[in-house]
Amino acid sequence: MTIVVAYSADPYGRAALAHAAREAGRRQEDVVVVNATRGDSLVDRRFADDDDLARVRSSIEDLGLTVTIEHEVVDDVAGAVVTAAERLDASLVVVGVRHRSPVGKALLGSVGQRVILDAPCPVLAVKPDA
Amino acid sequence: MDLLLEGFATALTPENLLYAVIGVLLGTAVGVLPGIGPAMTVALLLPVTYNVSPTSGLILFAGIYYGGMYGGSTTSILLNTPGESSSVVTALEGNKMAKAGRAAQALATAAIGSFVAGTIGTILLVALAPNIADLVVKLGAPSYFAIMLLALFTVTAVLGSSKLRGFVALFLGLGIGLVGTTTGQQRLTFGSPQLADGIDVVVVAVAVFAIGEALWVAAHLRRRPLEIIPVGRPWMSRDDWGRSWKPWLRGTAYGFPFGALPAGGAEVPTFLSYITERRLTKRPEEFGKGAIEGVAGPEAANNASAAGTLVPLLAIGLPTTATAAVILVAMQNYGLQPGPQFMDAQPKLVWGLLASLFVANTLLLVLNLPLAPVWAKLLQIRRPYLYAGILFFASLGAYSVNFQAFDLALLLAIGALGLAMRRFGLPVLPLIIGVILGPRLEEQLTTALAISQGDLSTLWSEPVAVVVYLVMAVLLVVLAVTAVRGRRADSVVDQAKNSYQEVSM
Repeated sequence: MTIVVAYSADPYGRAALAHAAREAGRRQEDVVVVNATRGDSLVDRRFADDDDLARVRSSIEDLGLTVTIEHEVVDDVAGAVVTAAERLDASLVVVGVRHRSPVGKALLGSVGQRVILDAPCPVLAVKPDA
Repeated sequence: MDLLLEGFATALTPENLLYAVIGVLLGTAVGVLPGIGPAMTVALLLPVTYNVSPTSGLILFAGIYYGGMYGGSTTSILLNTPGESSSVVTALEGNKMAKAGRAAQALATAAIGSFVAGTIGTILLVALAPNIADLVVKLGAPSYFAIMLLALFTVTAVLGSSKLRGFVALFLGLGIGLVGTTTGQQRLTFGSPQLADGIDVVVVAVAVFAIGEALWVAAHLRRRPLEIIPVGRPWMSRDDWGRSWKPWLRGTAYGFPFGALPAGGAEVPTFLSYITERRLTKRPEEFGKGAIEGVAGPEAANNASAAGTLVPLLAIGLPTTATAAVILVAMQNYGLQPGPQFMDAQPKLVWGLLASLFVANTLLLVLNLPLAPVWAKLLQIRRPYLYAGILFFASLGAYSVNFQAFDLALLLAIGALGLAMRRFGLPVLPLIIGVILGPRLEEQLTTALAISQGDLSTLWSEPVAVVVYLVMAVLLVVLAVTAVRGRRADSVVDQAKNSYQEVSM
């Protein structure tokens, strides 16, 4: 079985990664890190660079776990996470969630919300340590 | 001098100061964003000419022009993607500096160099433009005809890497300029009464810049995001100042004359400045790894050339860059005809505009040094949102010309042409200059021939015209010789020219 983690190169993604690693260590399962972008802005800080992904990889491998990284440009970031969970028959999806203002909710979609609602398996929603 | 002080009085009224601030902010923002430049922005803002006074409108546009030159350098340095064609060379050394952890110094030398060059350039402009206007008064129609021909020729053949593509674009532009019934008989109207008045330049400018670019981006929407180098507040050490001031002055010396010549534009002087700095530097080993001279020189050159471009624009009414061309359209919307009489007929406007250039330059320095990290954030905007706004303003602008739905159809058709031009690597500048200068070229030709009663020899009857034709002949020979000699051009220049192709106006 595998644990899929929706990773972004920010505190939310790192919190999700940390919890995913802890949970994977407890269950002795593989970790699949999904880091995707829509690629429609010139710069997307949540899309990890190669150095960052190398750190992600080593941080999980240091725990003695197997890790696969899916790093790609997709039409739909939440869709990419859900598809990965379905394809790998994941036991758990871990996603970082953030506080959002009412206006923000009205204007923009939420990757976290769509993953929680659409994932075929239990979802662990985590917040970064305050 | 009194005139200039009066100009400052005009430029510093709260209203005009506000327009200058809006102009430089907007200009910097669009300069930062690759694909969106000052020419497109001014084209989209042409409808403001309907309710803003001419002085304020031109101050706004000049602010956008200067701001675009500043903004382009930020993207070049932090992202290695030039925001503007004039910043292509800056990326060569600037991005290397940023990767070596010297982004703050690169941004500082670019901003301060732009300020120095812009200020010197504007002083030269103030000193030269009235004198040139006095000389130009004496020119007759044959000379005007020759000068315009030279401008069309140089813009097409000297800039850009492919002569053939340049001329294809030029003749497309001249063709669009022919539509209408100015000569009495119908030309290219296809019997349509809506085309009888010709195609409005505003529609053409908005279509090729905004619609063409938006369609192009839509066709290439999903791309791997670029890695941006984080940066704090720009600053320079004593050593950086020492290494920067000479390149600033040399860059200015290249930029202004090239801007002022009909073969204008910022591409050639920035290349020349880069090559010169590489040759003169005391630390050749740093070039290619992030030498501050290679940022300081070209950045000064592009701002000085922006000031230089305004000399032919104000004194002869001759645009040599895309942005200058669209500013000329704005002037024509106001019913102003730049040229020799312009300075005497509209002293308040002209001197107010010139004074506002000093104001804009100072504002840019004050804004850009502390705000560089904020400008970099603009790159995170999702392009669909950005281009939705651009398409909205484009449609609004085209529709407001005549309030006819037909113009929207034209907008789409010419926009599709703009997309095709980007797809096949045709430069946009010759087209837009062709549309604007074509009809005026014809007007000068008919005037000259009417005066001489059809005698063609009148075309070379004035000394200025003869000199201009000689210059064209020399250019033609030089181009032919370099073509025969094959491509011995510097690899750096080639590389930069290739990336120039990808950057639109």
